[in-house]
Amino acid sequence: MKFRILAIYLGLSIIAFFMVLPFYWMVTTALKTPLEAIKFPPTWIPHNFVWQNFVHAWRSAPFGRYFLNSIIITVGSTLGVLVTAALAGYALGVLNFPGRGGIFMLLLATMMIPMPVYIVPDYLILTRLGWIDTYKALIIPWIASTFSIFLLRQYFKSIPRDLYEAGLIDGCNHFMLLWRIALPLVKPALAAIAIFSAVSSWNSFIWPLVMTNSPWMRTVQVGLGYFLHEESTNYTLLAAASTIAALPIIILFVFAQRAIIETYMRSGRKG
Amino acid sequence: MFRWGIAGAERFIGFRNYGLILQDFRFWQSLKNTLWYSLGTVPLTMAISLAVALMLNALPKGRNVYLALYFLPMVTSIVAISVVWRWIYHPRFGLANAILSILHLPRLGWLNEWRSVFPGGPSLALVSIIVLMVWKTLGYDVVIFLAGLQTIPREYYEAAIIDGATGWVKFWRITFPLLSPTTFYLLIISTILSFQIFAPVWLITGPPPGGPLGTTNVLVYYIYENAFNFSRYGYASALSIILFVILISMTILQRRVIETRVYYEV
Repeated sequence: MKFRILAIYLGLSIIAFFMVLPFYWMVTTALKTPLEAIKFPPTWIPHNFVWQNFVHAWRSAPFGRYFLNSIIITVGSTLGVLVTAALAGYALGVLNFPGRGGIFMLLLATMMIPMPVYIVPDYLILTRLGWIDTYKALIIPWIASTFSIFLLRQYFKSIPRDLYEAGLIDGCNHFMLLWRIALPLVKPALAAIAIFSAVSSWNSFIWPLVMTNSPWMRTVQVGLGYFLHEESTNYTLLAAASTIAALPIIILFVFAQRAIIETYMRSGRKG
Repeated sequence: MFRWGIAGAERFIGFRNYGLILQDFRFWQSLKNTLWYSLGTVPLTMAISLAVALMLNALPKGRNVYLALYFLPMVTSIVAISVVWRWIYHPRFGLANAILSILHLPRLGWLNEWRSVFPGGPSLALVSIIVLMVWKTLGYDVVIFLAGLQTIPREYYEAAIIDGATGWVKFWRITFPLLSPTTFYLLIISTILSFQIFAPVWLITGPPPGGPLGTTNVLVYYIYENAFNFSRYGYASALSIILFVILISMTILQRRVIETRVYYEV
């Protein structure tokens, strides 16, 4: 029995080694000199740590601007998702009005259509609106998420109706009920939605790739993607730039891993 | 959505785009590549992650540490990951070939290799993308499988042990059937997701992307290329509709299978 547990630990550790290896490789390549990086067989630990690579990578493309764009888009769409999810979740979960079931089914049906299917027509629509290459194109289509609406609706429904009714008798209107009673009770759900939305927004690639033209509107991911094509043989710089691009989410993950894993679990969204 | 031509010269052309698609060699190639990609990633990810989840489930301690390590690639951006893997796959200086030569195996061309891994099969370049994506999405399947495993009541196993069941029998007679809702759920969403593969192809195959020789050209990349490199929006939209029909029919088909085959009662 003891032996079996040991074998399991060993097996899991070997897999963990391979899961972490590419990250290790990214960070160590980022610290090597260009000459050491192309040594074969490669060195496992850099001879001397060239921290300068990070400064160099940051300066070889407008990464400051890319970060600013990504932050604006992430914050904007996350705030939007929170507002729309609270309003729609409350309306669909607490209020009674004709057509509620129909609207809810319609929302769920949109979840069946994956983004690559509608990206071409959406591009044409945004072109007509003149939104291409603006923050509008990168934020506004993403300020509502069906999954978040669905999640908050479930939470609002689980709050005892007596609480809402007591509030109504005391003279609250529905906005006050939502703000004062419902939202404070679902804080963990709001945090989960915010984290999930921020991670997907920060990591989104195909949408900002398609919807931007000028280098100044690129997000971190798109900027890194073009950097990869332009500097395709500058391995130490590329590794340093990817480390910079991946770092914010990795830090977030270290602090909120339980919440993140749980939200992924519930969302039914792998990508 | 199945109408117009190029910028400015829009006109209704009925179903002509679909006719063109059916005669388009590159469309069929991209469909074939997408199918191989799906057939490669989905079962492989699920098999490995089921094994990992079973091992994790048997652990008395330290489960969360492993889980966090396995999940890390899942939350990391595909762009950063693709950059690193392209470097790992480098035919001359890459880590993958370094490991192969430690094991005294011949070096491989990885992303540059257009030849099939077996006759009629996917190219090694596509297999390289498959390996990358299995690595990236493994953690998700592990988490879902683990949650599924924890819903199986312990008494079942205790009863089986009294009846003298061995580990293997327990797995096939209790775990696997009771896990089937989880397995089918993962099968559906992983398959649907696998048909949407795009980013690594744009980022690290070729140049031009989809290469070598179109062996990593997948449906979504083909849509992208037609719309945004060639401005053939009508053609790209028609391709999108085909992708949509494939995905919707898979969803419906798999829902049917679930209703008839999967054991829900616990």
